[in-house]
Amino acid sequence: MSEIYYSKAVNEALDEELARDPNVIMIGEDIGCYGGAFGVSKGLWEKYGPERLWETPISEGSITGIAIGAAMMGLKPVLEIMFMDFVALALDQMMNSAGKLHYMYNGQVNVPMVLRTPGGAKGGYGPSHSQTLPNLFVGIPGLKVVAPSTAYQVKGLLKAAIRDPNPVVFIENKRLYPQKGEVPEGEYVLPLDKAVIMSPGKDMTLISYSSMTPVCMAVKKAFQPHGIDIEVVDLVSLQPLDTETIFASVRKTGHVIIVEEACLTGGVGGEVSALIAEHCLDALEAPVMRVGAADVPIPSSVDLEKMVLPQADDVVNTVKKMHEWQ
Amino acid sequence: MQLSNEKLLEFYHLMVKIRAFEETLSSLFSKGLLGGTSHFCIGQEASAVGVVQGVRDTDWIVSNHRGHGHLLARYLDVDKVMAELLGKLTGYCGGRGGSQHMCAMDKCFLGTNGITGGGIPLATGAALALKVQKKNDIVVAFFGDGASNQGTFHESLNIAALWNLPILFVCENNKYAMSTPVNRTVAGGGQVAPRAAGYKMRAGVFEGRDVEIVYQATQEAAERIRNGGGPELLELMTYRLCGHSKSEPRVYRTREEEAEMAKLDPLVTLPQRLLERGVTQEQIDAAAKRARDMVAEAAEKGLAAPVGDRAYALGGVFAEN
Repeated sequence: MSEIYYSKAVNEALDEELARDPNVIMIGEDIGCYGGAFGVSKGLWEKYGPERLWETPISEGSITGIAIGAAMMGLKPVLEIMFMDFVALALDQMMNSAGKLHYMYNGQVNVPMVLRTPGGAKGGYGPSHSQTLPNLFVGIPGLKVVAPSTAYQVKGLLKAAIRDPNPVVFIENKRLYPQKGEVPEGEYVLPLDKAVIMSPGKDMTLISYSSMTPVCMAVKKAFQPHGIDIEVVDLVSLQPLDTETIFASVRKTGHVIIVEEACLTGGVGGEVSALIAEHCLDALEAPVMRVGAADVPIPSSVDLEKMVLPQADDVVNTVKKMHEWQ
Repeated sequence: MQLSNEKLLEFYHLMVKIRAFEETLSSLFSKGLLGGTSHFCIGQEASAVGVVQGVRDTDWIVSNHRGHGHLLARYLDVDKVMAELLGKLTGYCGGRGGSQHMCAMDKCFLGTNGITGGGIPLATGAALALKVQKKNDIVVAFFGDGASNQGTFHESLNIAALWNLPILFVCENNKYAMSTPVNRTVAGGGQVAPRAAGYKMRAGVFEGRDVEIVYQATQEAAERIRNGGGPELLELMTYRLCGHSKSEPRVYRTREEEAEMAKLDPLVTLPQRLLERGVTQEQIDAAAKRARDMVAEAAEKGLAAPVGDRAYALGGVFAEN
């Protein structure tokens, strides 16, 4: 075991897959000597050169289509979209090509590409550089969507995403990049479609993903002295959802709070909540509650940003409310 | 360059096949046997045949929403193309793709595309793959004058030029983006080719209704591209003699304009040229009949073919590892 940054874990996954398979290429803006906007591809350009790392002009709409077209011909492109907010420019190609081609061409082509992109606020990046937008993708058939929360997860899942024969939207997180976590020595690959019980508990389930998982872990610790035993479930995969793991936890605790950094309306939490209502209503001892961003653009001021996005206190207050619910 | 009579007659056969195919679709529509929408290339057959026949069979074709000509010019099985239009299991995509989403990997046909300008970056990506894989093939990207106003057109031309990719961009300029005339959509006089200059890309404007001119221009460009000369753009001037899509009243242009343009219909001009070069009327009629018979048979087979079941409709979204 060694302890490395989340961003380094992404780098190691890319490095290992570039070394393992000559069909793996990277496509993106400033991924060359600059090492990517968040330093994730540092050292790879020097190691693998411009034949493997295709540094592009600022043309998200086309570089996404280029990644898909190259994937149709047998390459395994890993596309970097610098900020998740910019995926709006890539969306046509993801929605109308990547997700559909295998089905609509009746299995004649696969689209083994990964769209990596960092979501989330980091304090002051403002309305166009801070959003968490899985809801743009989870409703598009044919795409897999994952959002890892730890260095361990991000490394094993990125390797799995690159090897998967389908298009994968891989949501990283700016606040998680400088977080350290333990990663085993040697190679490992994690399943793309499994939720993870981060910490078991018997009284209440907190379901989260990406940046809010460490927050939920901290909240769990805070309630331990008060005799509330919280189970933290990390969804990891947002499409498909691992309903088996989710439902088992709901049946165990009977109390569920879903926590995400994205806006609540039309989001992953709403979908999870609907599934629980459909399948586990008999097990619920309280209504499903949700914590997420307000339906407000994310303001630039660090102080205002905190008022719009979910904070640890919001989770704490919701746990109390749930605990007191009769 | 003058083609042999034999080759030119075969091109005429292909062009009649495309025309007959779309006329048959039109008749199936009016009988209520064909659903959805479809975009015909009536009047544009020469640019399809000239380009697709002007490259090698191992070169890749990326088409657009008006792709029947491109598909049939690549000698795709007309039975399977027709069955696909009819939504049948025996079609190239088992009825899932239809007119605007048809692919035939065994014929190096990378697909028609329902999003205007959507195929251009896919084609550019395919060309990137050929370059990385060090193949000697090229990609042809078909699109119309309308698509040249999408950002993807400009972005992809820029990237293809920067990376010296083996791709031939082919603009079939039929003078109308759906209903809007090209002089109101393409700034600077309605020509697309001059836009390539911004990317230092070689480009030419050719008469798209003359299959010999198109064939020669394509062959020459393809060879330069194959030899590492970088991407090029061909703008082929043509005219859609039909509406944008089925049963569309064409209120945006006059019947007089259409009558003038009909005189340049490649299926009118090419038989005249064949006769001038000594091909007999019997040979010309036989080539046309062979095409029409193939299409009629395809329609008959397609109508009788089975459709997929519910499990088929709901399955196959993801590839298995």
